[in-house]
Amino acid sequence: MPLLTASRVIVVAGKGGVGKTTVTAVVARAAADAGRRVLVVELDGKPALGALVDEIPLQSIDAPSALDEYLREHGFARIAKRLSSTGVIEVVGTAAPGIDDIVVLGKIKQLERSGEYDVIVVDGPAAGHATTFLTSARGLLDAARSGPVHRQAREVVDLLADPARCQVVLVAMPETTPVNEVVETAYALEERVGVQLGPVVVNGVDVAEGEPPLDADALDALDAADGVLDDDDREALRAAAEFRIARRQMQRAELARLAEELALTQVHLPALPVAGVDADGVRRLAAALTAEVGL
Amino acid sequence: MSAKRRSGLAGALHGAEVIVCCGSGGVGKTTTAAVLGIEAARDGRRVVVVTIDPARRLADALGLTDGLAAEPQHIELADPPGELWAMMLDTTATFDGLVRRYAADESQARRILDNRFYRNIAGALSGTQEYMAAETLHALHGDERFDQVIVDTPPSRNALDFLEAPGVLTRFLDHKLFKVMMLPARRGMGVFNLAAQPVLRATGKVVGSDVLADAVAFFQAFAGMESGFRERADDVLALLRSDVTRFVLVASPRHDTIDEAMWFAGQLARQDLSVSAAIMNRVHPTFGTWSAQQARKRAGEASGPAAALWRNAAELADIVAAERGVAEPLVKAIEGAALAEVPLLRGDVHDLDGLAQIGAALFDRQ
Repeated sequence: MPLLTASRVIVVAGKGGVGKTTVTAVVARAAADAGRRVLVVELDGKPALGALVDEIPLQSIDAPSALDEYLREHGFARIAKRLSSTGVIEVVGTAAPGIDDIVVLGKIKQLERSGEYDVIVVDGPAAGHATTFLTSARGLLDAARSGPVHRQAREVVDLLADPARCQVVLVAMPETTPVNEVVETAYALEERVGVQLGPVVVNGVDVAEGEPPLDADALDALDAADGVLDDDDREALRAAAEFRIARRQMQRAELARLAEELALTQVHLPALPVAGVDADGVRRLAAALTAEVGL
Repeated sequence: MSAKRRSGLAGALHGAEVIVCCGSGGVGKTTTAAVLGIEAARDGRRVVVVTIDPARRLADALGLTDGLAAEPQHIELADPPGELWAMMLDTTATFDGLVRRYAADESQARRILDNRFYRNIAGALSGTQEYMAAETLHALHGDERFDQVIVDTPPSRNALDFLEAPGVLTRFLDHKLFKVMMLPARRGMGVFNLAAQPVLRATGKVVGSDVLADAVAFFQAFAGMESGFRERADDVLALLRSDVTRFVLVASPRHDTIDEAMWFAGQLARQDLSVSAAIMNRVHPTFGTWSAQQARKRAGEASGPAAALWRNAAELADIVAAERGVAEPLVKAIEGAALAEVPLLRGDVHDLDGLAQIGAALFDRQ
């Protein structure tokens, strides 16, 4: 599945806590390791992403500076000066909702058009803002019928609608609520934005590895091991095994439900035995991603 | 952590009239708020839980088949000495209510509520949601039906706004643009003359003249209401700072959520407020008394199925150790606050029993 060659811009989206920033870093790392010129874009001012992607170029985009830059480049330098000197941008953004999203997406479009990068991975906005972020262009196209904002909105709509230029990668975890949320987001994006959806990346999948496997046979062996282990150890081993087996069963059930409710390819990233993924973990996951989807 | 600190959760929340749950997205803030609510009802208190998150799952777990509403709904508990109520924050409706309260008359209220610019900012102006959460909390605190109000906040980068929210609106009123726009109301200039102001002309060129005209009309309609809004904001802030309010950090043992929790603890400290308790959700349980290394050694010595069991024990011990390590800085940073853990469960919480199970873990009743 050509995840990394299907489009130049990959917007990574997902609700809080599912590992959206990690997946952004993993996709960027996989592309960079495959020799592509990669740019990572972040929108939340999160310092964490920089440490995860090491030497891959990272650009932060925020709405006020993107608007300012846009106005300067389009012959509104004097207005830009006036607007920023009076701090009006917040009010402007409020009066015309979505204008801040449009200038940010417009900046991404400009980077895409520059041809400097083969792949631009965007760590999308947090929480439930992803859908609003991507629908803002269509909304503004109707609200502002002419002028610079209208032109910008038009170009952004064109970018989002073109599967060869842009796709959205949704992130989930193999648990009930994250699965529900990713299904909801996928339908909302399809209906309201019409953007191409890439594979769903599922984070933290506890894949059973190693031989012999941890299963019912292993538990049976405990009963047979009378005398070899003291009682406390045996019961603790049993509880640990039952816990792990139950978690894996729950995950499998949720992955099956995700497959049933959403007709998108799933990419599974393994759970690492860590409390939060670092740059090294990102490399391991990128290798897993590459092995799973190819490039 | 010591048993002493864990049993401290009930103590830390004792006598609270307002509990604010803060933390990043996905750590179980809303569920925690509900669990604290059930616990308070068990204690004989009449408690209302306000959530910002329209989580369908929580409504289901509470037995509300039609979802959460913008008005407090009574939740049926099995044997409650107290009462549990739940509601969802409705930012726009709360803002509308404030406008009605402080408008000089019905026609001023109408002019604002019908204004397109207002309709846009009521839900969208950054900080509005947090301000309205604080406003709702204040109103419920004054409501005689309830002894305790529990609220969850938006993800913690914005939770700063929650604390500062009462100030957000007044800052907005102090805004230069607002002052420019308010000039004509004082000098008797019309909208047309106003639009000739350089700042506004510039704004109009970018966003369009219709949008600008709506904004000007809104600010003019708003004239005279600022002082009411300012006083209200001061009251809300005073409540958040008083000793009947407790802040509870919610986190899970992962780098990013711990960092967010610590960042938030720092913000509270900067405002001379303290964290009363921290709740760590989704903690991997500890099995046995062995270390990861010992378990791994035994896995190497064992053969057949026993090796799988010891390997599993080692892997789980690795995760537990990693979680302890990552949580340590937070535990240190909030020394003196109560600390409670909820183990990672085998499945999702989908009913009152599930919530009660979390409550038992939090309040050490297992």
